[in-house]
Formats: sequence, structure tokens, C-alpha cells
Amino acid sequence: MIQIESVTKRYPDGTTAVDDLSLDIPDGSITVLVGPSGCGKTTTLRMVNRMVEPTSGRILLDGSDITEQPVNALRRSMGYVIQNAGLFQHRTIVDNIATVPRMLGWDRRKARERARELMGRVGLDEALAKRYPYQLSGGQQQRVGVARALAADPPVLLMDEPFSAVDPIVRKSLQAELLRIQQELGKTIVFVTHDIDEAIRIGDMIAVMRTGGRLAQFAPPQELLSSPADEFVEDFLGTDRGIRRLSFFTSDGLALERGPVVAVDAGAEQVARATAAGAPYLLLTDADGKPLGWVAPQDAAGGADKVAVGSLLPYGRPFAAGRESLRDALDCAVLSPTGWAVAVDEQGAVAGVVSQEAIGAAIRSAHAGQREDGPAVPVRTTKAEVAT
Amino acid sequence: MSGPGFFDIPSDLQNSYLGLVGLHVEEALIPVAIGLAVALPLGQLCVRFSWLYPPVLWITTVLYAIPSLAFFIFLIDYTGATRTTVMIPLTVYSLVLLVPAFVDGVRSVPQETLSAAKAMGFGPVQRYLKVQLPIAVPAIIAGLRVAVASSISLVSIGALIGNQGALGNLLQDAILYHRSNLALNSVLTTAVLAVLLDIALVLLRMALTPWMPRSGRAARRAARDAAVEPAGRAALEDASV
Repeated sequence: MIQIESVTKRYPDGTTAVDDLSLDIPDGSITVLVGPSGCGKTTTLRMVNRMVEPTSGRILLDGSDITEQPVNALRRSMGYVIQNAGLFQHRTIVDNIATVPRMLGWDRRKARERARELMGRVGLDEALAKRYPYQLSGGQQQRVGVARALAADPPVLLMDEPFSAVDPIVRKSLQAELLRIQQELGKTIVFVTHDIDEAIRIGDMIAVMRTGGRLAQFAPPQELLSSPADEFVEDFLGTDRGIRRLSFFTSDGLALERGPVVAVDAGAEQVARATAAGAPYLLLTDADGKPLGWVAPQDAAGGADKVAVGSLLPYGRPFAAGRESLRDALDCAVLSPTGWAVAVDEQGAVAGVVSQEAIGAAIRSAHAGQREDGPAVPVRTTKAEVAT
Repeated sequence: MSGPGFFDIPSDLQNSYLGLVGLHVEEALIPVAIGLAVALPLGQLCVRFSWLYPPVLWITTVLYAIPSLAFFIFLIDYTGATRTTVMIPLTVYSLVLLVPAFVDGVRSVPQETLSAAKAMGFGPVQRYLKVQLPIAVPAIIAGLRVAVASSISLVSIGALIGNQGALGNLLQDAILYHRSNLALNSVLTTAVLAVLLDIALVLLRMALTPWMPRSGRAARRAARDAAVEPAGRAALEDASV
């Protein structure tokens, strides 16, 4: 555990970067420091590996003051990833990754072997091993940066806006990759970002900091969204925190309807039975049960096999029943031209359909359940999937 | 009967054509080597203590402005009409070119690269030897190319202080013996030497920096990035005024 105890950083010119900050960073999870620029989040991170020395207060690592061990030994026990990766442009990818193991005295072959293993782990093709950084895309360079930080298997990983400089699509895949790696390795990660969406997506705990280096709130993301400590946090979370909070409720509890679902070869009798279920539209599926599209009941009255597939209303993006959150389900329903969301199972076959009204009811009961039981049970196990 | 051939060197120079070439290269390169040996620590000091750079740049620029002939007249009392007298000003000129090249090279190392090195537990000496110096190599070699070319051309002036100008001495003999082909020989050989040494330095750079973008768009991008640097230097000089 990293304990930050009443740490203050004041510069000679009088500016206070961090003001009396206390924070217990739990082991084996991702703690995100988030806030507007000038809130001292990066300074806080850099005090953990002593790139910046605090003016007062102290930082403990597993109970002992970080100033007790030699500074370079401390730094080598903490992986460090920064914006633009900061790769050594004069070294090959494999040698970049092998840097810290080499410094720790590993022989060259073992260090390179380890580097190649890590390339696989962060999703880099081993064929890139002998390339130089300029030959890689920004996203690939950032992956190298992560691999380099992990090379000596440090218990702690410090990440300073690592994904800020890449485009949103690459950023999303890097975030998903980080969550996947974290599931395998269980490092203690301190992650700095100014992007609240990123914080909510990857953080187990989020420390919101405000200008002047003060802590505004330290809480798990779902608690942050449901009960922001003050107006500043509320503003910082943005106007759609209600919607975003739905990411933390599973779609397990949705009552999926099978009634309006008919196979493409269904006859007039089956269509009549489906119509009797009372839904305004019927969902046609192919022979494997995969969705084809919506049709109004009167247009299919003569049998689903008479309907031209090209005339169907698009079903939009289906959501994975149970595995995706209420937010995904609601999103599907909002985007669907019929107002109904399509749920699919793992094979992509239709598990059922659900109306906006039913999703609304599920949201209300989830909120009510949370009020009774305290903070919602987070959808932790699916976090990596949610991010993908 | 034809006169003396293109490569026939008058006997007063007491040297063969190839001997003169060797001498010329020696007189040109020793100053550059010494200049480099001094520029590396001096440049590092300028990087470490940035207040030092403007005065160093100022002093070396003033020295650069002194004509070599004035240097010779001053030095001849101490070092006589020798090769040393020729090489001292050339050393100073090399220094003037190499210190900024080195400083700009080291400064071109991106801040995040240095941060990353520090955060990975590199001490200051390791940071210098394993990160800053290798990344500064292209800039240092760019400086060396200019220094070598200017040194090769300036050696000839040594002819003014008693045949210490190697290939430059041929210019005087051309006048003395009314042999214009000696002048042509001197100029052409000097030019060829400069070109060959420049090619050698480019090859050296390519061997030392396999990590640099080589071709097409990547190279143009790198060239554009590099082109931004002199602006930085100009800004620094402005600040020092």
C-alpha cells in the first residue's frame, strides 16, 4: 500500500502544487488521480517515485518511508509510463523494454527474452522487436512504454497521462488492454489523467483533485457518480453522470421478452401468436437465431417468410444480455427506430427484446435497490469487457 | 616539349603530391579533433548550467570573427612559423562550430525521454552517456561536417607563414613559377578532399544512428523537426541580449 500522509509541495515562487494531501492507495488495484490542469495530480505522482520531493509530509510504501531507500533503487521498483511514451529513440524496441532488467544486472539474453515475452503481453507483434521507435505508430509506442514499465515486474506502476496523446479509438483499445493486463498481473497502479471518462472507465478508486492541489473526493467511480461530494466534483463529472452511472448496473435484471421474436420462416399462425404478445413490432431472426430486423405485425400477417428482408427496419446495435450494462441496453433502445433494444447471447443469437419503458423500470429499481443496500455492487468482473 | 605535369610538385615544397595531401588532411583534422575533445565537456557544462551558454557562445563567436591572418601574426612570436601556428586558430574555429552543435543536440533530447530515464533509475552520468550523448550524435556530426569543410579550406592560408599551408603552398608556387596548373591542382584537390571527408562523416553518421528515419516521408518529417531547432537557438540568443 502507498500511503500519502499530509503531503504538501510548495515551490520557491510561492505556488502550492499540492496542499496537505492524504491518500491511501490500495494494493493490486487502479487508483486514478483526476482533475483540471494545475490541480497537482502529476506532482503527486512524481512525488511517489521522488522525481519531486515534498515540502512537508511523507509517503510510505508498505509501511516504510520512501526516503529510506536509495532513490534509484526505489525508482527501479516502480514502472513509469508517460505521455508520448518517452521511448529511447536510439534503441530498438526490444532494448527499450529490456532497459530496467539490464540495469538490475540481468544478462542480455535473459533481458531480451523477457522483453519479447512482454511484447506479447501488451499486444505487440514480436516482428517489431528489432525496429526503432520512429517506425512505430503512436499507439504502438505507448504499448512499448507500458511493456518497458512492466519489464522488471515492479509491484507498482505509475502512469502519467499515458494515453492522452493518441486518438480516441486507439486510446480506448489501450485502456481495454490495460484493464486486461491488470486482471492478469494485479499491480498497484497510480494513474493520472485529466479525462474523467477515462478515470471512470479504468479506475477502481478515483481521487478527484481541484486547483490548488487539494483533494475534492476519493471514492470508487460508482459512488462518485451517485453521490459527488460537492459542486466542484459534480461539475467536473459533467451533465450526463446519471447516464454514465448506468455503466455500473448490470443488464441481468432486465425482463427480456421472447414473444415478439419470430424466425424468418415462421408461418402466418406463428406471426399471429407473436402479434398477440402485444409488441408494436416483431423482430425477425435468421435460421441461427441472429437478428435480421423489425417488421410491423400487419406487414407480416401473411407469414414471416413472405416479408422481403430488405424492407425490414434496422435493429441497430444489439447488447450482450447480462454481460453489458444497463447503459448499453438503454443506448441500444434509444438508437433503435422502434424504441426496443435487442439482447443477444454469446453466440450472437437473439436472447429477447426489451422496451425503453422496461429498461426505465429496471433503472428505477436498480436505483431503489442501491438506496437500500448502500453503494451498488460494481460490475467489476466485466470492466474489461465494458471498455472494449 | 611540354612543361611540368599536373601532379609535378616544385622541389621547394620538399614533398610529393600525396605527401601534401596527407599533410593537408593532418593539419585540418587535428584541430577538429582537439576542438571536439574540448567542445564535449564545455558543451556539457553549458547544458548543465544554462547561464553559461550565452557568454560562451558570445566569446567563441567573437573569436570566430578574428581573421586567421591576425591569429598568425599574434601567434608567430610564441609558436614560430610552424604547423602549430596554423592549427591553433583552426582549433578555435572548430570549437565555435562544435559547441552549439553539441548543446543543440543534447537539448533536442525530448523532455519525456529524460524524465523516463530518470524515472527508470538512471543516474546523471548514465543519463549523459547512455541517453543524451547518443541522441546528440546526429547534431554533433552535422557540426563536424561544417567544421571539417571549413578547416580543410582554411589550412591553405598557412602558406602565408612560410609554406605551412600544405596544398595551399601550391598557390604561392603557381605565382612563383608561373604555373597556373598548380593553382588549379590546389583548388581541385582541396575541394575533392572536402567532399570525400564529408561523405565519410555522413557514412559514419549512418553507421552510428541506425535509429534515424532514413527515407521518404519519415526523413522529411525528421528534417522538419530538426529545422525547428535553430529557431530555438535564435530565441535563446535574443534572450541573452
